Amino acid sequence: MPKREKSSALHTVPPIALRRRITDHVMTGVAVLTVILVLVPLFAIFAYLVYRGLGSINWAFLTQTPKPVGEAGGGMANAIVGSAFILGLASVLGVPLGVGAGIYLAEFGRNRFGDVIRFTADVLNGVPSIVIGIVAYSIVVLYQKHFSALAGGVALAIMMIPTITRTTEEMLLLVPQALREAAYGLGIPRWRTTLSITLRTATSGVITGIMLAFARVAGETAPLLFTAFGNQFWNLRADQPTAALPLQIFSYAISPYDEWHRQAWAGALVLIVLIVTAVAAVRYVVRRGTFGAA
Amino acid sequence: MANAARPRPDMLAPQPVESTKVNDVSSDGKRAARLFGVSSEAGDQVFKFAMLLCGLAVLATLGLIVYELVLRSGPSWHAFGFKFFAARDWDPVNEKFGALPFVYGTLVSSLLALIIAVPLSIGVAVFTTEMCPPVLRGPLSFFVELLAAIPSVVYGLWAIFVLVPILSNYVEPFLSRTLGWTGLFVGPPYGISMLAAGIILAIMIVPIISSIAREVLMVVPQHQREAALALGATRWEMIRVGVLRNARAGIMGGIILGLGRALGETMAVTMVIGNRPEIAKSLFAPGYTMASVLANEFSEATGDLNLAALIEIGLALFLVTIVVNALARFLVWTVTRGQPSRSNA
Repeated sequence: MPKREKSSALHTVPPIALRRRITDHVMTGVAVLTVILVLVPLFAIFAYLVYRGLGSINWAFLTQTPKPVGEAGGGMANAIVGSAFILGLASVLGVPLGVGAGIYLAEFGRNRFGDVIRFTADVLNGVPSIVIGIVAYSIVVLYQKHFSALAGGVALAIMMIPTITRTTEEMLLLVPQALREAAYGLGIPRWRTTLSITLRTATSGVITGIMLAFARVAGETAPLLFTAFGNQFWNLRADQPTAALPLQIFSYAISPYDEWHRQAWAGALVLIVLIVTAVAAVRYVVRRGTFGAA
Repeated sequence: MANAARPRPDMLAPQPVESTKVNDVSSDGKRAARLFGVSSEAGDQVFKFAMLLCGLAVLATLGLIVYELVLRSGPSWHAFGFKFFAARDWDPVNEKFGALPFVYGTLVSSLLALIIAVPLSIGVAVFTTEMCPPVLRGPLSFFVELLAAIPSVVYGLWAIFVLVPILSNYVEPFLSRTLGWTGLFVGPPYGISMLAAGIILAIMIVPIISSIAREVLMVVPQHQREAALALGATRWEMIRVGVLRNARAGIMGGIILGLGRALGETMAVTMVIGNRPEIAKSLFAPGYTMASVLANEFSEATGDLNLAALIEIGLALFLVTIVVNALARFLVWTVTRGQPSRSNA
């Protein structure tokens, strides 16, 4: 658009000096170059991940627990289930709190106190994940006296809350005020309006926010290092150390064994595929539900 | 989720019926009380209180983080004071702890990441907002944001098996031949190094900086561009004078947000930086960062003082990232929030 305006103007003003035109072309080239430089690692990572991962995934990887060093085979089944378990705990703790705080900010928090909570959520969002791991360690592990899935769940829940809070607030504010007023006019109490009208209208947006938070913590390794800790065996007790996919990928990646490196790649591919499918599945269901009702 | 969406028609259906009755009765409060079983005032109070508790939980979480970090780092603070951050030895066996190598490693790796990532991110943002054909704009932002969705540990995995070999076989020998005289690129090219940490961090923070920069560039008023073009500026001069200059503060905010992320990044850095608590001028030498030492040593800390020293590093990291993030949010806010009022005027 801007270019066309320029060329028509050129008929009346003197032609642009050669040096300036060259600079213009060079800078355009530089911008294109930066895009290429950024996209190359992205494609390199995905290509290599798919290449190494697909070559290493097999049925045993998905169904067996790790084998001792030196034995071929084995898999990460316990870590896959463990990750789901820890993420489930984190969601049970984090989602209601996050959504509740979002409702508070949107419906009651248009004041100074609401701003304080908003700012706190933003600050919380920027706290390094490893520091959150320390805190989960000192409030859960130190009291339980051992590492546990619960501690991992608490750490991940703390990371989920700010994202869920802010997106829930944003989504609720998008719901037209007239809808709330219509409900009040029908004599529906405010709490029922918020839950059944406002929140229900914003459902798909709120769930998108939850999935965003979920996807963000699903690959987190640092806060699990000294909370869930990892485990070579099956565990589905909240008070016991539990294997998690990112932890297993980390410990296999820095090991000196080729067999384990192979499994780390397979684990990374499974992790990304699981995150993407979980997010896509929920969004699909939510979107279909919305269209069905509309 | 299907259940959550399904009931909606049922929820909406009864309303018209209900509303006609309300009109007949014309005593909303009593009617509502009978419908919902509680008086609406009491229900509202309980609901507001419950939501307030959730909001307070956000405050309490931050409070708890500060409280636990300060409380549990106490022993180390009492033993070393400010000298903790100036001392170089890290010797858990003899209970001597100094955090300087970690602070140094965190700062150098993050700065290196910024030096690489900032020009790239601004280039990408300028290209997507000012130069790119509209067809490409969506996919391009999508791909760049896809970089942000990759877990840190997967970046680390890729860095170990792809980036580090490339560095040690091609990049580091080349750098030491051409720029060895600076003293920054000397020593054996093992690949596992401060340089590798800086590069992987740069790849990780590009999506953050470029998405903020894009947002900020998009709120620069169109008439700034038109004014520059009307004065006979070329497209680049228009971008430089009309766009980038107006967006300076916001772009700076994006850069600082990227810095905050780089300072606290743990896994990918831990996997390639070498984890040796030394201060070396050469970027080919291994280093150690604050986040990495926590990742490696926290679960096997040998004594109370060791644990307290590690938590004090965590506290320092926490404080630095809070200051950095607050500054970034303020700068982004001055541009994006200040804009509508100016364009209305």
